[in-house]
Amino acid sequence: MALQDPILAQQYVWPDDDLTIIPDWVYTDAAIYAREVERIFHGPTWNYVALEAEIPNAGDFIRSHVGPTPIVVARADDGSINAFENRCMHRAAEFCRELSGTAKEFICPYHQWTYDLKGNLIGIPFRRGVAGKGGMPADFKPAEHGLRRLNVTTHRGVVFASYADDIEPFADYLGPEVLREFEATFDGRKLKVLGHYRHSLPGNWKLYHENLKDPYHATLLHTFLVTFGLLVAGNRSLMLTDASGRHGVMASAKSDRAVTGDAKKEMRSYKEGMTLREPRFMDFIEEFDSPWSVTMATIWPNLIVQREMNTLGIRQIVPTGPHEFIMKWTMFGFEGDDAAMTRHRLRQGNLMGPAGFLGLEDNEAIKFVQDGMVRVPNGRHIVKLDPATPAGTADTLISESAIRAMYRHWRTAMDL
Amino acid sequence: MLDKRDPAANDRRIEALLLHREVEEFNNAYAAALDEQRLDDWAEMFTDDAFYVVISRENADRNMPVGLIYCENKGMIQDRAFALQHTEMFAPRYLRHIVGNLQVLGEEPNGDIRARANYVVVQVLLDRPDAKLHQVGVYHDRFRRVGDRLKLAERRCVYDNLLVDNALCLPV
Repeated sequence: MALQDPILAQQYVWPDDDLTIIPDWVYTDAAIYAREVERIFHGPTWNYVALEAEIPNAGDFIRSHVGPTPIVVARADDGSINAFENRCMHRAAEFCRELSGTAKEFICPYHQWTYDLKGNLIGIPFRRGVAGKGGMPADFKPAEHGLRRLNVTTHRGVVFASYADDIEPFADYLGPEVLREFEATFDGRKLKVLGHYRHSLPGNWKLYHENLKDPYHATLLHTFLVTFGLLVAGNRSLMLTDASGRHGVMASAKSDRAVTGDAKKEMRSYKEGMTLREPRFMDFIEEFDSPWSVTMATIWPNLIVQREMNTLGIRQIVPTGPHEFIMKWTMFGFEGDDAAMTRHRLRQGNLMGPAGFLGLEDNEAIKFVQDGMVRVPNGRHIVKLDPATPAGTADTLISESAIRAMYRHWRTAMDL
Repeated sequence: MLDKRDPAANDRRIEALLLHREVEEFNNAYAAALDEQRLDDWAEMFTDDAFYVVISRENADRNMPVGLIYCENKGMIQDRAFALQHTEMFAPRYLRHIVGNLQVLGEEPNGDIRARANYVVVQVLLDRPDAKLHQVGVYHDRFRRVGDRLKLAERRCVYDNLLVDNALCLPV
């Protein structure tokens, strides 16, 4: 393993053991990425893989990923949800090619090895050969060659999978505070999927977590909100982390308070009297038992739960290497939404996704960060905001303590 | 060719050809406005009640309504034009919209004209040599005559490239 090489190991020493400095190799190094896949995505973590609403009936399946690894999530005849690698045990073919669908069984198209909805191997053509010749060895046991199955759990209609069998229950994994915010969004109403966005993003996957553990950027990068007076630095807000530091919730409450002179000076993009031609777009219709109108939950390692007023979405991170990941968004409302509410969610969706007023800026900013590291390598990042909170929950937007908390956890998980 | 024995049929054919040409001219002007990033001019090409959406083929095929861009009226189109020009942060880029395979499909009872056309959008970032195919899809359109001009009452841009390359910063 390259990481044990004493010369290479030199470059993986965290500078001064100080969490306010993040070295570039965290984001750019292939050996680090390989270890992340092994120890984080394939390690003791609950990875988001699907919504139950996407596979409501027996036989329904959807393609998904755990880390970079393609999997299939399927509902079996007994109603159970099963997750297994999308890789035939015979010759490794990625057998399931549809984004989603309904099936009785999965047949690998190459040699028609057949698996049931739980991933058990149930058919091998010509297993006994033809006319007494050929075929599989007599002692070959199909029961020992089922697809690689993953541990599955669900919470409030959201499906998670893990390569670890001895992982803590999901509620313990989140911790009470992050669980409370998760359950404020998934409040028991049945989900209704409204559609997907998919995009690649040429940056390291952790930068997306950091973007949502970085409330500092919200009023500075996203000038759309500030220009129209929709977000001000004085809004009530919280940057919450769980005890481990891996999960976070960035929360804020919409206020009708006027922008103060003090804040105005710092927010260069604020324009007095600017209004939208379609102001309904930014309406907030109260529907959640929560003091927050906006919460962005980062659930380690691959899930973001977006509750931006009334536009709701899941974002699933699928890393493809140190320099790129794919993001799959699943936008949803609830069964029981009337047509007007659905349209409101869709209108407000203009904030999000790869063409969203906020979403496109985040994607661009993250790309810029990766470009900076690739083109001027071997540098360091500074995350020193809010020294009063070394790592963990911050009650000010002008803080990077949640990023530091994430790296405290990451270093433990990575043994670095 | 024209048929000397049936002037009425000739008139209908000429009318259809003129309309086809007029829609084609509209699409060319639309592409030029976007290529030159004249977004206020782009917004003016829609009716006040226009519906404009950029939606993946995945969503469209499954009757799921979520769009990358979702505008229910011209006000929302103008808000987007304003935001892209004055508030949105994205790297500078050049775009080339190519529209072809136009089919004028017919008229609705209210006189709106239904049409469809294939499109591709090629994007060039200033620090890369490659011109990348950024969008490929089809416009499903409803045109309306307002005064002496055509305007879009509806444009549904259904794109085939499900995986968007980072960000769709400018309209389609």
